[in-house]
Amino acid sequence: MTTDLFLQHLANGISLGSLYALIAIGYTMVYGILRLINFAHGDIFMLATYIAFYGIFIFSLPWWLSFIIALILTALCGIVIEKAAYRPLRNSPRISLLISAIGVSFLMENLGLVVFGARPKAFPQPEVLTKVVKIGGISIVSLSFFIPVVTIVLLVILMYLVNKTTMGMAMRAVAKDFEAASLMSIDVNKIISLTFAIGSALAAVGGIMWALKFPQINPLMGIIPGLKCFIAAVFGGIGNIPGAVLGGFILGIGEIMIVAFIPSLAGYRDAFAFIVLIVVLLFRPTGLLGEKIAEKV
Amino acid sequence: MKKKIIFGIILVLVASLILSGCGGQKTSSEDVIKIGVFEPMTGDSASGGQMTYEGIELANSLYPEVLGKKVELVLVDNKTDKTEAANAVNRLIDKVKVCAIIGSYGSSLSMAAGPIVKEKGVPAVGCSPTNPLVTKDNDYYFRVCFIDPFQGTVAAKYAVNEAGAKKAAILRNVENDYSVGLANYFQEAFVKLTGSEDSIVAVLDYVKDTQDFTAQLTTLANKDVDVIFAPGDYNQVALLIKQARQLGIKAPFMGGDTLDAPEFFQIGGADVEGVVITNHYSPEAPVTEVSKEFVEAYKQKYNKEANAFAALGFDAYKVILDAIERANSTDPKAIRDALAQTKGFEGATGIITLDENGDANKSAVVLKAEGGKFNYLSTVQPD
Repeated sequence: MTTDLFLQHLANGISLGSLYALIAIGYTMVYGILRLINFAHGDIFMLATYIAFYGIFIFSLPWWLSFIIALILTALCGIVIEKAAYRPLRNSPRISLLISAIGVSFLMENLGLVVFGARPKAFPQPEVLTKVVKIGGISIVSLSFFIPVVTIVLLVILMYLVNKTTMGMAMRAVAKDFEAASLMSIDVNKIISLTFAIGSALAAVGGIMWALKFPQINPLMGIIPGLKCFIAAVFGGIGNIPGAVLGGFILGIGEIMIVAFIPSLAGYRDAFAFIVLIVVLLFRPTGLLGEKIAEKV
Repeated sequence: MKKKIIFGIILVLVASLILSGCGGQKTSSEDVIKIGVFEPMTGDSASGGQMTYEGIELANSLYPEVLGKKVELVLVDNKTDKTEAANAVNRLIDKVKVCAIIGSYGSSLSMAAGPIVKEKGVPAVGCSPTNPLVTKDNDYYFRVCFIDPFQGTVAAKYAVNEAGAKKAAILRNVENDYSVGLANYFQEAFVKLTGSEDSIVAVLDYVKDTQDFTAQLTTLANKDVDVIFAPGDYNQVALLIKQARQLGIKAPFMGGDTLDAPEFFQIGGADVEGVVITNHYSPEAPVTEVSKEFVEAYKQKYNKEANAFAALGFDAYKVILDAIERANSTDPKAIRDALAQTKGFEGATGIITLDENGDANKSAVVLKAEGGKFNYLSTVQPD
């Protein structure tokens, strides 16, 4: 393999990996606070792309405005889902919450099929983001520079939010113990709503980036990215934000490299993700960056 | 109190639903002929299934009666899923008690239904499943379209004779029987025509949910390829071609009949211009009187240009109706026997004669993507 070819593969891998990382952050964030794997994350992601799509086509908004509105509406939607489906079950066994999450996921997929229709829609790509940049022998779409930057910026903001602000302190306190936190006059409901709002907004950013990269949206589009990014989050140590980013990058680059080096295995690419997950969990049950008694968030 | 009222309302609603359901069935069982349809209305092939169903519905509205009875279509969504396809056919036969079945877009889905219709003895007519295995060794499965050995040969002939290609690469969906089958027949014909085993440079796989094809495409980037053959679902192939162009791959793409969907152009945009496909039929080259009637009626009902899948759905319905009429019975076995005798039937997509396998021996058209739609290039007759 020539250097150029390898670099091209690497660029493809980073581009895909940063997308996984972006979505995995949202998963890990919600898990960190509630110990809940929000299986509806992928569907919230789908919802955001449809809001952005309709914003552009029905209300003819400029794309950036439509994206911002999608972000806000999706965050609100996250709060509503938490209130309706998770809050009433907060004191029930974990498994009930998990089932409720799966229920929300199915509900959103099927509502999507009814409301949006099953036929895929073409997502508009602003021209700035689809320009092909040539560096030496490799071609990179400008969007591929943009996504990792967004991922890293969001990572830094989130780390700051969680570790340096009072709100972050409250989040960490809630993550440790709901009751003790409420005794310290922390409004647990408010903090959890906020966590869901942020988690859903992150899903929205991920969804819109995904739709820009793969400009085809349908009501079931969230299932596979949701699953892959869940793997990335677990792989990096679920509940650990930098871990999710690391997991996303490793998964993306790994998926590309397996095809690059052994093209005949291209059909088994998805299986690779799961095999790596199993192997890592066998040796490090808490994931790459997960700690033994994990201090989540 | 409030809860009780809501509960009461729900109770009344449910009861009315059950009652009306019963009433509807009573009249239907006596003087209605039920034809089952299983098509992918949701999932990856949703557009294909929906276009096909439009054609079936159109035929049903134009020809709503046979043997003096009303024909009722019963649609079950197979969700582009093999298991769901088997369930759908079971339900149509056991619960709805249909006398014949239409479907399905997608060879894999039809093949999932094959053993069931054979065992339960209800004839099925496929609209566009082109893999030879759909009807092979199955007396109860028929189809109104050509099969992939022919389609693959037509594509390879175009690539070699018209486009002057000497080296080809293939990108296929390894989970999809249609994609794998057509890729194989193309490869076979291409090797034969070029006379060189090395003329196929690479065969690369992807799976059903793949959206990122950059790894597969990058391995092609520095290879000398004249044409890339990519049979598969239109939404995946559109993304694939887009990504190929972004990686600087300039080789022309070719594909099969499944790329004929408006979404192919909406998703692919300018990048899919120039793609050449083989197809069943083109509204630009009507073959029979029925074609013209179909194109007109379709335009009137749906206010858009007709496509091959709608035309095949239209034909499948009419072929079944013709068989029921000739059998003069709604017994599935009698309909099957009449279907097997179908000869010289004038359909929208051509003259349909079902051979001993239950396949239609029909011509194919070659189309090229230009200006956001597929334009007619040529017609190829079967040998």
